[in-house]
Amino acid sequence: MGITFAIIAALTLVSAIAAMSLRNLVHCALSLAVTFAGIAAMYLQLDAQFVGFAQILVYIGAVAILIVFAILLTRSSETPQPVISRSWIMGIVIALAVFGVLTKVILSSSIAQRELPAKPAPTVRQIGDQLMTRYVLPLEAIGLLLTAATIGAVIIAMHDKKGRGDGGQNVNSTPSRAEAHQHADETHNLIT
Amino acid sequence: MIGEFFKGLFLMIWKVVTDQPDPKVEFVSVFPATIQPIISVLLSIVPIIMVFASLFALTTLLERKGLGRIQNRLGPNRVGPFGLFQPVADGLKMLTKEDIVPHSADKLIHFLAPIVLLVPTLLAYAVLPFGQNMVPIDMDAGILFFFAVGASTELSIFMAGWSSRNKYSLLGAMRAIAQMISYEIPLIISSVTVIMIAGSLSLVEIVDKQSGYHFGFLPHWNVFTPWGLAGFIIFLIASLAESNRSPFDIPEAESEIIAGHLTEYSGFKYALFFLAEYLGMFAVSGLAVTLFLGGWRAPLPFLEIVPSYIWFLLKLMGLVCLFIWIRGTLPRLRVDQLLNFAWKFMLPMSLINLFVAAIWHFTSVWNFRGAGLGRWLLCAAMIAVPYVWLGRTLIGNKKITHRTYRFAN
Amino acid sequence: MLGEGIIKGMVETAKNFVGSYHDPKRLTTVEYPENKIPAKENARNFPFLVFDGVDADKGLRCVACQICEKECPPKCIYIIKDTVKKPDYMGKMQIQPKIFDIDISVCMSCQICVEVCPFEAIKMDTQFELSTTDRFENLLLNKRELAKPNEYYHKIHPTEATEVDERLAAEKAKAEAKAKADAEAKAKATVAAAAAKAAPTPVPAPAK
Ligand code: SF4
Ligand code: SF4
Repeated sequence: MGITFAIIAALTLVSAIAAMSLRNLVHCALSLAVTFAGIAAMYLQLDAQFVGFAQILVYIGAVAILIVFAILLTRSSETPQPVISRSWIMGIVIALAVFGVLTKVILSSSIAQRELPAKPAPTVRQIGDQLMTRYVLPLEAIGLLLTAATIGAVIIAMHDKKGRGDGGQNVNSTPSRAEAHQHADETHNLIT
Repeated sequence: MIGEFFKGLFLMIWKVVTDQPDPKVEFVSVFPATIQPIISVLLSIVPIIMVFASLFALTTLLERKGLGRIQNRLGPNRVGPFGLFQPVADGLKMLTKEDIVPHSADKLIHFLAPIVLLVPTLLAYAVLPFGQNMVPIDMDAGILFFFAVGASTELSIFMAGWSSRNKYSLLGAMRAIAQMISYEIPLIISSVTVIMIAGSLSLVEIVDKQSGYHFGFLPHWNVFTPWGLAGFIIFLIASLAESNRSPFDIPEAESEIIAGHLTEYSGFKYALFFLAEYLGMFAVSGLAVTLFLGGWRAPLPFLEIVPSYIWFLLKLMGLVCLFIWIRGTLPRLRVDQLLNFAWKFMLPMSLINLFVAAIWHFTSVWNFRGAGLGRWLLCAAMIAVPYVWLGRTLIGNKKITHRTYRFAN
Repeated sequence: MLGEGIIKGMVETAKNFVGSYHDPKRLTTVEYPENKIPAKENARNFPFLVFDGVDADKGLRCVACQICEKECPPKCIYIIKDTVKKPDYMGKMQIQPKIFDIDISVCMSCQICVEVCPFEAIKMDTQFELSTTDRFENLLLNKRELAKPNEYYHKIHPTEATEVDERLAAEKAKAEAKAKADAEAKAKATVAAAAAKAAPTPVPAPAK
């Protein structure tokens, strides 16, 4: 804790603010990636290796890339429109109100009063054991869903044969890619 | 103090040469306690960077020589004896070249891209077990770490391509990302088979699981099982694509898009990209060695006197030579062929392979006579049949005929 | 089956790899500065000026007619006429170039100068090792550097040079024959004139 946490937190916050306020969409996406990395660093600092690496793998490796792809495929990256809209005061007020309510609720809940549990040392093996025993049903369900998505992607690709160029293919397979990516990740969970 | 220093140093070297555990301990304890961690870290990092950077230099030479011979040429032979100093000359050339940044480029991102590429590539070495007692960090989730840092290289390629403000760069980056995402899935799934059988995400443990020999000579490497062989081949193909090497060098296809995301880079930044590419190739081949080829283990029992890291390096260089050989043989794929191959062949094959590995795992309890052979044949058939079938559908009913060009004629 | 072709290809390249070590005949390349492939007869690089005999100044075929200078597309020939006259191959008195420069950094080896020269004075060279450290002075070739003997021309383009020589010889012979005929005709004319003078003319002489 202490200084490392402060650095990581500052980095995460600054990059998150940058992601919201920068003019250039690609810059926003890149700062979002930095935010993801900061969150992953936070997990790692808490000794949660598995979650940290999964965060990097999924969010930087897949989600950030997907966002970037989406930006590039949908419109030109130069859109110098004003970020701040006319109703921004309203927006800030609402955001602050939501934040206040949430803080109040969290502080008054029983979780805040509870004693800090002894710091667990979650090894990957423990996570795997838990996933395979206590949480096996949700895991199987998610795994099945994602495998179905992957196989669906493969089947769409398989039947996309006659006379169509890459264009069609790309459009078809881009959304399913991220899913398949996550699937690969889930398979990790499945195994460990 | 001086005496102790040298004693520690020699002890460390001796321990490294004879492959003993914890070679750094005595040497590090010479230093005052406050700087001990730094010294220890440096002792891990500096050798890795030095060994693999010189391996990079060696490989560029080997590659050019090998490609030359494959094409019935001599290859570089001017600088030094047999052209041995060619990499030095290349390096000097790169260093002295002007670093050109395009006028309309996004300067910051253009500058950051090679760094953001090189750092994760170097980080990936942190978990590879180079030798019996040589693993920088024995992490519980080592392989996950490897893939996690590997995933962030995609973003840096995008940064390079986008920030150059050049259509070829952007096209190259888009191609690179499409390719890397497509091939990352078979790459990960094929290594998941190994994780599943070894029951661990730690690379050290995966190597440990491959110890011992069948019949006293055939090592227990994963590549000698049906799923391991298929997984190894899938892994190799996918890692070729991940490291943008021929025949998957579509992102840098010189004849189509100049140099892809490298188009606007020159001088030392270009050299950094080049270095990162080769280091990535070494890292991923190192992972292949660890997962499928028994890591640092010797291929025969009596060869175990040779230090473990030598075996690791030999296997690594073997794979690199294979990559060079493939580069000298195969022409570049088209983008649609590349994606078709990934989604219609590699992904189904790797999923089937995962399934076969599960069956291999469950049939390990069989203990009737001939169970080993039966299990082997069952799994091999379960891989071979879909392979033939998928191969048919992929090339299948297409007759290779004379091609007509609609617009050219 | 899928992958067959790949294996075939790999075997082929492996054969090349091993073969190139023990069978030097496979190597198609020549190690350039030490060994050179002799230039092809039809090779051409930059123009040079042909001279006959031993003295470059005397034997230069060029008569400074400046046709090549005008025709050269990138305008890389620069000629200044001399005032001294020398006989050309047909014996006619012709002026010589005082300065004849070709900037080979500009020349595009199009051979137009060769095509247009009526005196067979400029021909294409095969020399290509012209790199210098100074891209201005050393790439501007002057008359002295450009002049090369006819024997050299025979050496690099034997067929063409022989043809040119034959043509020149024929033309010279023709010119000589013509000169002879002219001289004879002149002689005859003088003889006739003398005869005419001697004899009384029936035709009235033209007014002077
Ligand atoms: S080289 Fe030929 S065309 Fe050119 S000036 Fe001399 S005689 Fe004339
Ligand atoms: S070869 Fe062409 S460019 Fe060169 S001097 Fe002759 S006319 Fe000019």
